Amino acid sequence: MKAVCWMGVEKMSVENVPDPQILNPRDAIVRITSTCICGSDLHLYDGFMPTMEQGDIMGHEFMGEIVEVGPGINRDKLKVGDRVVVPFTIACGNCFFCKEQLWSCCDNSNPNYWIAEQMMGYSPSGLFGYTHMMGGYSGGQAQFARVPFADVGPLKIPDGVPDEKVVFLSDIFPTGYMAAENCNIRRGDTIAIWGCGPVGQFAIRSCFMLGAERVIALDHVPERLEMAQQGGAEVLNFDEVDDVLTTLKEMTGNIGPDACIDAVGMEADGHGLPYVYDRAKQMMRISMDRPGVLRHAIMACRKGGTVSVPGVYAGFIDKVPFGQYMNKAITMKTGQTHMMRYMKPLLDRVQRGEIDPSFVISHRVPITQGPEMYKIFRDKQDRCTKVVLDPWASGAAAA
Amino acid sequence: MLAYFGAQQDQREFTARSSVIVNTSPEEAFRFWRNFENFPLFMHHLDSVTNTSERRSRWIALGPMGTRIAWEAEIVNERQNEEIQWRSLPGSDIQLDGQVRFSPAIGGRGTVIKVYSHLVPPAGLLGRAVASIFGKDPEFMMRQDLRRLKALMETGEIPTIEGQTHGPRSMKVAAIRMMDPDNPVRMRDANIKDVLTAERRIA
Repeated sequence: MKAVCWMGVEKMSVENVPDPQILNPRDAIVRITSTCICGSDLHLYDGFMPTMEQGDIMGHEFMGEIVEVGPGINRDKLKVGDRVVVPFTIACGNCFFCKEQLWSCCDNSNPNYWIAEQMMGYSPSGLFGYTHMMGGYSGGQAQFARVPFADVGPLKIPDGVPDEKVVFLSDIFPTGYMAAENCNIRRGDTIAIWGCGPVGQFAIRSCFMLGAERVIALDHVPERLEMAQQGGAEVLNFDEVDDVLTTLKEMTGNIGPDACIDAVGMEADGHGLPYVYDRAKQMMRISMDRPGVLRHAIMACRKGGTVSVPGVYAGFIDKVPFGQYMNKAITMKTGQTHMMRYMKPLLDRVQRGEIDPSFVISHRVPITQGPEMYKIFRDKQDRCTKVVLDPWASGAAAA
Repeated sequence: MLAYFGAQQDQREFTARSSVIVNTSPEEAFRFWRNFENFPLFMHHLDSVTNTSERRSRWIALGPMGTRIAWEAEIVNERQNEEIQWRSLPGSDIQLDGQVRFSPAIGGRGTVIKVYSHLVPPAGLLGRAVASIFGKDPEFMMRQDLRRLKALMETGEIPTIEGQTHGPRSMKVAAIRMMDPDNPVRMRDANIKDVLTAERRIA
């Protein structure tokens, strides 16, 4: 089968690899019909996440049709022919954390848990196509994928709902939604969101679903700000203001946003000396992250407010305004998305027509163009906001 | 020089302690552990364990390069649903004793399983083989075993990527995978394939 493989920093290539096989009783094999490139894949492309190996298959946002199930799968739950969206976190469904609905903290799905334990003390769940520290599972930017614990994660999709409306239930829609839910929104709240990439876009719409009165979206990519505006947000281009914090103060009557969402993570763009300092440290591998947005979010947040962090970070960060965080009585909530909590309710919203997640797509291309799309997506060329790959298309027609 | 190295290793003893919390009852955990034939399911360095009587069993461990090391053990003490102690029989090639305790975790969160194991390898070549299995980091290996036990008891399987499909590996990656101490020869067919097909360049 064809698969997008990580062959080194900024080196992706489509390789012909063996088809996946059932390895465990509760595995299933999915024939993939749609698969996407996620913003967090760019951290791997850029080489900022440790424990990638040459030959790893990328991709954690995919859906398709079940073509094989292992002997341990209850056929009432999943059978050959089912159309499913596969969540990017892998969960066993039986451990303490799964029982507590903390699906992305599953204790049993990461075979390389000990690497993560060395970095973090305890290991989160396994993820598809996202470093060996997180399990080393082959991902879904391919024609087929092996899905472990397939009776827990995959969500069945009724016929008649097109792929493009549901494929984002695999990650970015639930991730944006959990980011909003973590803000503990009360009617009338103002939420500021850093980063208008796909997760930021879904966070904007989710904040309104949960009762926010006002969303202020920050970015410096014009087409992303446009899309945020279409979602109902007031937009703030941080290239065009002297000082983001002062501007946010003025916009909120000197009280600050009730909650701030960092939908950017470890590779934040920014200005001034702190940005140059972070960038230099990251280039020299002294630090894995550039936490500019997180600093801003803490500084901007109103007293007693919430900072919600769906953006991905890898390790230790410095110059975090912790005294400000403490003295302003801020709550911080974060985590990889507890996917199985959100997928079904959000599918219901899609089916009721409350949201059509396909608005975020800018490029539909054959999988053979995957590698070049990484560069275009990373450099935000060609108004690129979200890339959906067709694993089976031949030819090279772009949408 | 080699003799010196051997003599050094001959004198070593290995002790490991570890614990794990499993979402199951002490009764269930005890029942699973009491049948030593289950051990190779989660202890990767064991090839097989065969119960030869109610209290005795024959163990075969995997050594380097596909060698096998065998010994007999017997249960010397047990308390239903609480504790099991075992020891290799006198005259065995290796001297081994171990103990496992089961206690209910607070808050109804299952069972805490605490394991202790102590091993004295024999002198000579065989001793070096034993040392190469257990010597790297006995506590780490025990922790790996217990994590596999936990996964097996909670989910019915042990998570793995062994044998999954992937793109072309580099020689470097293939070599690192071959040397994984937690993954003895029997498990490595897929990795050997990696080495044979690896790209002749360093990533």
